[in-house]
This record gives sequence, structure tokens and C-alpha cells, in this order.
Amino acid sequence: MWKTDEKTQAQAKRLESEMEYILASDVGSTTTKARLFRKINNEWRYVLSGEAPTTVEAPYENVCMGVQNAVREIEELTDLQILSENGGMIIPHSGGRGVDFYCTTSSAGGGLQMLVAGVIKSMTAESANRAALGAGAIVMDAIAVDDGRPDYQKIERIRNLRPDMILLAGGTDGGTIQLVMQIAELIAASAPKARLGADYALPLVYAGNKNARPAIKKLMEKEFALSIVENIRPVLEMENTEPARMAIHELFMEHVMSHAPGYSQLMKWANIDILPTPAGEGMAMQLIAKVEKCNVLGVGLGGATTNVYSIFDERFVRSVSANLGMSYSICNVLKEAGIKNIMRWIPFEADENQIINVMRNKMIRPTTIPQTLRLLLVEHAVARESLRLGLGHHKTIATRLKGAVTEHRMIGEMLSYSLLSTYIDMMKIKIIVGTGGLLSHAPNRAQSMLIMTDAWQPEGVTKVYQDSVFMMPHLGVLSMAYPDAAWSVFDKDCLVRVGTVIAPKGVAVQGEKVADIVIKTQDSTLFEKEVVFGDITVVPLPERAKATATINPVKHFDMGAGEGKTVEATIEGGVVGVVIDTRGRPIGLPEDDKERRSTLMRWFNSMSAYPKEMALGGSG
Amino acid sequence: MVKKEKGKSAEEAYAYTPGMKVKRAVVVRKTRRLPILGEVLVKKGDELGFDTIVAKTDIPGEPNVVRIDEILGVLSEDVPVYMVKKVGDKVEKDEIIAKSSSMFGLIKKNVASPFAGIIESVSDSSGQVVIRAPPIPVELKAYVRGTVAEVIPKEGVIIETNAAFIQGICGISGERYGKIRVAIGTPEDVLTAETISPDDKGKILIGGSLVTYDAIEKALQVGAIGVVAGGIEGNCLSKFIGYEMGVAITGEEEVGLTLIITEGFGKMRMSSRTFSLLKEFDGHEAAINGATQIRAGVLRPEIIIPHKLVLSKSEEELSRGMVPGTPVRIIGDPYFGKIGTVSSLPVQLKKVETGSDVRVVDVKLEDGEIVTVPRANVEIIEE
Repeated sequence: MWKTDEKTQAQAKRLESEMEYILASDVGSTTTKARLFRKINNEWRYVLSGEAPTTVEAPYENVCMGVQNAVREIEELTDLQILSENGGMIIPHSGGRGVDFYCTTSSAGGGLQMLVAGVIKSMTAESANRAALGAGAIVMDAIAVDDGRPDYQKIERIRNLRPDMILLAGGTDGGTIQLVMQIAELIAASAPKARLGADYALPLVYAGNKNARPAIKKLMEKEFALSIVENIRPVLEMENTEPARMAIHELFMEHVMSHAPGYSQLMKWANIDILPTPAGEGMAMQLIAKVEKCNVLGVGLGGATTNVYSIFDERFVRSVSANLGMSYSICNVLKEAGIKNIMRWIPFEADENQIINVMRNKMIRPTTIPQTLRLLLVEHAVARESLRLGLGHHKTIATRLKGAVTEHRMIGEMLSYSLLSTYIDMMKIKIIVGTGGLLSHAPNRAQSMLIMTDAWQPEGVTKVYQDSVFMMPHLGVLSMAYPDAAWSVFDKDCLVRVGTVIAPKGVAVQGEKVADIVIKTQDSTLFEKEVVFGDITVVPLPERAKATATINPVKHFDMGAGEGKTVEATIEGGVVGVVIDTRGRPIGLPEDDKERRSTLMRWFNSMSAYPKEMALGGSG
Repeated sequence: MVKKEKGKSAEEAYAYTPGMKVKRAVVVRKTRRLPILGEVLVKKGDELGFDTIVAKTDIPGEPNVVRIDEILGVLSEDVPVYMVKKVGDKVEKDEIIAKSSSMFGLIKKNVASPFAGIIESVSDSSGQVVIRAPPIPVELKAYVRGTVAEVIPKEGVIIETNAAFIQGICGISGERYGKIRVAIGTPEDVLTAETISPDDKGKILIGGSLVTYDAIEKALQVGAIGVVAGGIEGNCLSKFIGYEMGVAITGEEEVGLTLIITEGFGKMRMSSRTFSLLKEFDGHEAAINGATQIRAGVLRPEIIIPHKLVLSKSEEELSRGMVPGTPVRIIGDPYFGKIGTVSSLPVQLKKVETGSDVRVVDVKLEDGEIVTVPRANVEIIEE
């Protein structure tokens, strides 16, 4: 992933020990976020941020202007000059000027938009889908021989889409090439055009049956920027997404980024390749799972998309709900969740139409931020629904390999195997992580903890982490070059340990006993009580402090060891503390509107999430 | 590293917050490009009307697939042997393109082309044949009245015109042109069905703070080509277009007229400047386009009124951003819609009602009051 240019390579590969300043940025669809890191007492730390609107669009049409503005904000707040007189980066740091290293991620202008195709929808097309998503792409459509659409509809779809890239898979190695060629010929005949201009060849990655390579080459080489990699499903029992993912990243730099406005200049500034934002975010999520050695579920809740990441039993999967977001796509959340589901999280009396207008106005002015509590609460209600829907979508991607049956299986087993749904089990998720503007910039960490808990409803004992100021993509891309520096900042300044949620799974009636819980540190007993259904209780335990929790649930509640079985766990504190959530799973809200609002307020107050005195009057 | 005691000058602390353009006289340059290469029909300096055709081309027809191997029951690699038409041949609908015979000629099978077109490919890998439908002719209109400033060979033209130029915030449907008719008295007024008459056929109707659903229906009924208003209720828009809008990507709707909203959703007084400009050009011909794309290449709906009353001295300049004195409009509650000028741009973050620390701007409102709002919640008024 190092840039190939020798001079740059030498510069980029400077020893970390010689470096003092690192600058990283993320060119987002709305905002360009620059982060400055510095080595202090031999430890890499985050120093400060600069942010500015992204300038990929008219009238500016040059992302570098947004980067310069964000960097200028950093310069304003420090004594460090980073930009040279001609507007570029001063690299390396010398004589009190410049930084030693610069890297960036990007999702501006819609990120990397891909079309994937395979032979069988639930097999090769699904594997291609996972590979594209894992590479940080937004998948516009997945075409397959058996996707139920007649050929003319597939052709029409391919012709109308203007993707940045195509990933074509299909067939196992050595099998018949007929079906993969059918889909390849369909694509070739449709002659799709690249999104960023008709004047260059559309990149296409072929990751299908190796026997079809000569025919694919003959058919595609002339009209597409073709890259042939190892088969994504060499045999049905195996998924091999890595070669396709790497090819996607290479073509993203060579063919896509170089055509986006201003990127050729930005590519020169950066010491290593530009990475799609979700790829950076995904790397950061994987880093957490690797260090903490457990299953992790994470989310990047953005303005246009909701990216969900899972590392479950060491398998990494990313899903992107390209239509769910907090600004550009906010009305899609409305459309998919329905106004009733959004309204249920709003603790004040409001007219549905008024809330719809608030959301529509956010859609057309996506860069505005809530100044009033009412608007903040509306956005938080939408965030819960976006996360809920995003996880639902993720579960459809995070599934076992379909079609992978062994000869020893009986027919009955084969049938049940093909029907297996997601392997994501909330009881086995030990850490949930949130990033993205809304979660990272929530005025109070308890708000984002409650949003994630309400939306994802963790079960058993789950730690909650948060990206402090939105720098996970930055650290993800930095980890490609300097993993130790990235982890240092990640651990000390990026990951906010918000707390631990203790949530017995089950349902009861309000006030009924759920469990006996004892929380002890080495020195004292912090909590020893019978907890009842329908409440949230917060036990303060500071960040990085550890305690032992003994949870003895009643017979129809489960903490992971089975109904009524006692669980003992080491728990970690956080800025919010330990949250004992006895609202049951799934969380239910009263039907009566007044009662619903008062229940919400009770929960909010238990978490001290919003100002208690909020009258929730004023303008909406 | 030490934080600076004092921030840099306000000029350095500018922010890029592009606003909606409301200009009385500006040189508008419109690039008109064919979707694929073709023939340009005009030359530099030509005067164009709104509907002058400036370029034309033929878009390749739809490819259609015929599974010869499946129909004949033969192996895919043998398909070329059974073809009676070859690549490049023109075929009519129902014309035989492949045939086979077996059992000493007793069993014969024919493949009749389900489409008219040209045989584009015959594949021995997949066993399928692609028949390309005849090309579809496409003509490109000028859209605005003006002069050809530049010809882009084989692609299109750049048209220049001196015009009043107004951007809206969200629109529906694409390019149209007609005469402006201000249908209400003040920017606060609501455009209702009663204010519209059969005389409004072909007109662009200007409303004030809101357009009702009945008014849109009436406008359609009388044959008006456009409606421009400050606001619209979200549910009224859904009823008009027939679905819930999920993202603001519009322009392709076939709804009979072009709708442009200048301020936002709900009842919203049209900005005085927009209203007075439209009033000044009441009766003038204008080109309108509701196409909106807020993500990936911001496209806002527009009203272009070519005129020669006042000539712009130069092409429009790129906005340099906010500095003290810049006229701005607040676009977030609790001051939504208020107009003022930038009083100062504090460098340090400030806490707002939500409890967030954000970069703010102090705005001096028209009544002299100074309010603090997030920088993200103002837009520059580009006059």
C-alpha cells in the first residue's frame, strides 16, 4: 500500500523514532476532518482537530481546498505552520514547520460505488458483495443469473447505473464457464459508463472461475480496465475475498480517485495511498477485536450511510446501508422505519408533520447542526432507527456460506443449513463501538451510549466504546504505515471507554424481579441489589477501572449461561459507568403516548443523558 | 505546542459556506453536453432561443439476449455452427437467426429473433447471441436563450447569457421555459388554487410562503409549466410526486410541471430579495429546472431569466467565504429564516443549548440584535 514512487517511498518510510508530527485527514461527504498527532514523551498522542466543509462539489470542485481549510484551522489554534506558501504540505517537519507524515481517507462525492455480479445470487454474487463491502464500497446492485430479473431488466439496470467499478465473480475453479460468461456478456453488451466521466475505461475486477480467464480477457480487455485476480469462491466451501479486496483498492487509487476533482493533487500530498473511509474505519474495528480478543460489533453512523462492522469468531464483515444516514439520507430512514418508529423515541409532544418537515429540511441542508434540544432529540430518535435498520441489514450479510455443504450431510441437514440465518448473536458480542459525527459529537457520552443500547439492545455483559472526536478512519489508514503510533493514539485518545452494559435477556412486567446483582472492586462493594424490570440503573465506575459483577438472574432471564444461571464477569468502567439495563429484550415502550413519554424521560434521567430541567418547549 | 493567546485575524478565519445565489445580473454559462459523442449543429456566436436544437446524436439501442443453446438444446460451444446470421447482420423481428436439424432431418428447430436489430455477438462460451436494437436519436436543446460562447467538438456547446439567476433549495422535475407570473402580493402570502386561472397556461407561477396541494393541482389543470414558492408541506410533496422522497436527488420526475422551493419544508416566507427580483421580472421569459442533487456534485434548482436591463460586468466569482459584514441567512432553529450580517467569527468553540461545543458565528440581525449560531447553520447571501 506504500506509494510506488521511490522518492515518496523513502520519505514515507521514515523511521517512526525520527518523527514528531503526523497529520491525518478524512475527506468526508460533508466535512473534511484533519487530526494532528504528536509524539509527547515518546508517546504518540492526539493534539487537536480542524474541520471544514468538503469542497468536492461545485463551485469549488477541488477537495484540496477543504483539506487546506481544515489544516488552516489547526494552524490557527497552534504555532505550527503546516501548509507551504503554494498551499501544499510541508513534509518533513523541520525548523518548527511542517509535519513528518500525512495520510488520508476519503468518502467524498459518494465514496466508492460498485456494481457486483455473480452467477448464483446466494453464492458467488453474495461473496462478491461481501468482498466489495469489505473493501469499503457502496454496492449499488448485485446482478446474478438467478436474481429473478429478466435479462432486459438487468441490462437496463447496468446501463443506468454509473458505478466507479465492477466486481465480477462466478463459478468454482474448474467448473463450467457458461454461466459466468453469460453474465459477463450481459455486462459487456450493456457498456456501462464510469460515474466520474465517460472518457476513461471503467475498472472491472474479475474474481471468478479461473478457466474463464482467457474468454473474459478477450471479451472485456478492450472496453474495461480489467484486473484478474484469484477466484472469490475457488470451491464452494471457501470464500477468498482478500485478492479481490486488494485489487479494488488498487483500482480505486489508479482509476477512480485520479478522476475525482482535486484528488490527483491530494494523492501527491499524501505519503501513502488514499483509502476509502469505511476501509479505514474497518481496519480500526479489526484492531480493537485483535487487541481485546473478542467479538466486536461497530458502527460508523454517517450523513449518507450507516456502516456496520462485525468481527465475530475472527471473521470480519462490513455492511453498508447506503440509504440510511443522518443528513443526506435522513428521509430514507423515515421512509424505511416509518414515522411511528421515529416518533416513539421522542420524549416531547410533537406533531408528526412537524417532525417530517424537520427531517426534510435536514435532508436539503445536510450540513446544519441542531442548536436546540428539541432538534437534537429528533436527530437522536432517527439515529436509533438508522442503527436498528443498519444492524438488520448487516445480519443479512453476516451469514454462513450458502451452498457450502459436505458430502457427509444428510438431505435434512442440507435444507436446514441453507436456511441458517446470521451468526451474529448479541449475547456473544462483547464490545460495541460507535463512530461517526452524531455519535462522536453527542454533547454527552451517555446520549450516544443510550442511542446504541436502545438500537442494538446488547445482551449479557457488553462493553461500549466510542470514537472520541471521530478519528477511527484516520487511525485505520495510519495503521497501514505506523501501526504502533496508530495504536498509541487509538488507545489513549480515540477510544473512549463509555462503560459496560449489563442486560439480562427476557421479558417480565414492570417492577418484577429480574436479578440479584453484586458489583465489587478489590476494595469495596459498589452495588448489591435486587433489580426489577423496566429500569436503568447506573453504577459509577471510572474509565479503565475494573470490577467483578455477579449476576444471578431469575429463572426466565438469561445472562449468557442459560436461563436462571448465575454469571460472574470482570467488567470495565467508563465515563458513564456500569449501566444495569433491566428493560428486557426486546425493549418495549408503553402504548399510551403520555406514559411512553414519561418512560423515556425516566430512562433519560436515569442515565443523566439530557439536562433534567429541559422543558422541551421552544421551536421545533 | 502552545495554543495561541489570540486567534488569527478574522479574514484568515473564513469559512466556506456556499449560499443560494440570488443575482439580478450575472453572466450565466451553461454547458450543454450530449450523453455520448455526436454532431454539434450550431457555431460560436450563434444566437439561440430556449428550444433551439444545438446538437444531436444516436444512442446505441438496447442490447437483447437470445439463449440459442437453450432453445436449440445444443452445447454452447456449438452455437456458432447453428447460426444462419452472422455478427453484423441486420435482422427483423421473427426472422430466423439459427436452426438445427437432427434425426436425419426429421426434427427441425428454428430460432426466430424476438427483436429487430443487428447481431452484435455470438458466444461459444455462453451460447447466447446479443442483438442490438436500432439506435435512438437524441436532440439536445439550448434550454436558455443566449449566445454560443464555445463549441465543444462532437459533444455540445457552452451558452452564455446575461441573466437574473436564482437558486432554490429543492425542486421537482426538469427543464422548462415560460413567462413568470407573480400570483400573490407579498412573500408571506400562500399560493392557493383560487389565485390561479386559465390565463396561466404556459406560465411560471410565483407563490410566497407556501404552495398548497390544491394550487399545484390547479396549476397542472390550467397547463402552467412551473411553480416557485418559499415552502411546501412534506406530505403535500409526497402526494404530488406519488412517493416519499428518500434522498434529494430529483429532476427526472414526469409530473407535468417543474416545482421549485426556495426556502424549505413547511410554511416559509420567501426571502425578500428572491421575491422582489421575481417581481421585477414579472412577465419575462425564464428557463427553470427543478433538478436537485445535494450529494456528489451539488445541484440546486434554478431560475434563469435572460435580460439586457442591467449588464453584468464580469462572470460570477467564486465566493470567498464569510468575513465580518458578509450578509447571511440563518438556516437552523431557533432563528430559521432570519437575515443579518456577520458580526464576528470567534475562533474558539462555544457551547450552544444542546450542550455541544461548536464553532460559531455572531450574526447581527436586521433589528440590531446579535445572536450566536453554529457556523454550519448560516448560508451566505450571494448578491
